[in-house]
Amino acid sequence: MLNEMIGLWIGAFLTLGIMSFLYKDNPWYKICEAIFIGISAGYWFASMWWQNLVAKLIDNLWPALVALGHGEIQYNLVYLVAAVLGVMMLLRLVPGVGWLSRWPIAVIVGATAGLQFINFLVSNGVKQIRNTIVPLFGPISDAGGIPPVQSWEEALGNVVILVGTFTGLVYFFFSKEHKGLFGGTAKVGTWFIMITFGASFGYTVMSRMSLFIGRLDFLVNDWVMVTLDFVGL
Amino acid sequence: MTNGAMKKQSLVERLQYIDRRIIFAFIAVAVIVPLLIGAQLKEKTTPIVQAMFDNVEGLPEGSRVLLSYDYGPTTAPEIQPMVDAMVRHCAERKCKMYMMAVWATGHNLTGETIEGVLRPDFPDLEYGVDFINLGYKAGNQGLIRLILVDFKTMYSTDANNIAIDDFPMMENITSLRNFDLIVSFGGGFPGIKEWIQFAGDPGNIPIGGGCTAVGAPNLYPYYPSQLVGLLGGAKGAAEYENALIIAYPKYEDYPMAGMSLMVSQTVAHIVIIFFIVFGNVLYFILRARGMTKEGLGGVR
Repeated sequence: MLNEMIGLWIGAFLTLGIMSFLYKDNPWYKICEAIFIGISAGYWFASMWWQNLVAKLIDNLWPALVALGHGEIQYNLVYLVAAVLGVMMLLRLVPGVGWLSRWPIAVIVGATAGLQFINFLVSNGVKQIRNTIVPLFGPISDAGGIPPVQSWEEALGNVVILVGTFTGLVYFFFSKEHKGLFGGTAKVGTWFIMITFGASFGYTVMSRMSLFIGRLDFLVNDWVMVTLDFVGL
Repeated sequence: MTNGAMKKQSLVERLQYIDRRIIFAFIAVAVIVPLLIGAQLKEKTTPIVQAMFDNVEGLPEGSRVLLSYDYGPTTAPEIQPMVDAMVRHCAERKCKMYMMAVWATGHNLTGETIEGVLRPDFPDLEYGVDFINLGYKAGNQGLIRLILVDFKTMYSTDANNIAIDDFPMMENITSLRNFDLIVSFGGGFPGIKEWIQFAGDPGNIPIGGGCTAVGAPNLYPYYPSQLVGLLGGAKGAAEYENALIIAYPKYEDYPMAGMSLMVSQTVAHIVIIFFIVFGNVLYFILRARGMTKEGLGGVR
């Protein structure tokens, strides 16, 4: 119980310290901010060390090196390439040979691009385009995998998808001056984009408010209530 | 000092320069009072959340559900209620639950679910038989791509370093394709999008999601063809809890975190809307009098 109380009070001290910034910048806030950054950095360093360097590199490479010492060549020696690239990345800190870090960066960028390309093209390109090919009225048979419209609300939604997608794309077509019918279509696209931004902003407010409520819930229902319970009130 | 500057300001003029800290205080009170009362607000379940619920409800007993904790303590107030509700639902459906994380910070939060939901409310469920904590593995989308093909290359042990083959529920698990449903909780990177791109679409595996409200607008376009359902923010959690109560009335009087959150959320939003309207009314009154901040020489 005492351990829990100490944890709660530390949590409350840090929460109130961060919130004190709402009143004005102050040393209490600065201390809490520094603690947060320090703990985050420490957590990520430990995580990277154990999950990446130890689990993926050392655990695989070390047995292979030991085996190599006994004259046996194992496949896991390939991890030497990763180790060398890792060291080359750190050379960025050494004046004169910093340019060597561009090689591992090139490997990372190339590998990530290769890994992402097809999946991104299929999921965010082809399938998203496919999702906009929707029936505007029904019933229509589901030939071609397109399900029929079930209700007028769904039909209206599909019209919005069609108009929003088309006019939004027109707005981003800058090779033709936005005048006349083309300009009017682009204007409609602007409205769709603005409504989307508005919805995103509303959700952002809700999200931030949830985090604030979460902290106040901790202060009210955990810190205050448990403390009162602890002192017998 | 000019006569104009010395002239006493009217209430409307003084309200134009209301201290923002007063507004913060209003918001704080709007949040704290509902928390003290401990009320819950039922949310009508929207189709996108109902679809997620129906998908879980339709799973036969013994189905394998992979729950990926792709979030951290910073977003836990929003995400944890939906995780708890879904885990409770999966337990009711007698599904096998496999918990993992592609976020390093998600690993510890699996314990919150096990100790906060499964142990107290479902004491009959056995670790390794009905649920398992596989922990965090580094690799982001690379990890997802790899376990789509070969699960046990990355997960040779559980989170407690016990050999994975010692657990009955890990029999016949060779790849992500062996799961009946994958649900990612998060909204950041890597998260639901990566699960869709690297597991759902290439593996033709049903993917569901629960995300922060900030991330929800970017994920709606994936529904329904690439996402079976989506829970967006605290409201999504409350909607799922409502669906759970309707299907399982025993939870009627049960404390639901999402529904509790929505009371403070609603009151705080009413206060925000009030101040937006109030500020605009003040602006138009002052503009009619030619006394806006701009008219008086800029913002003070």
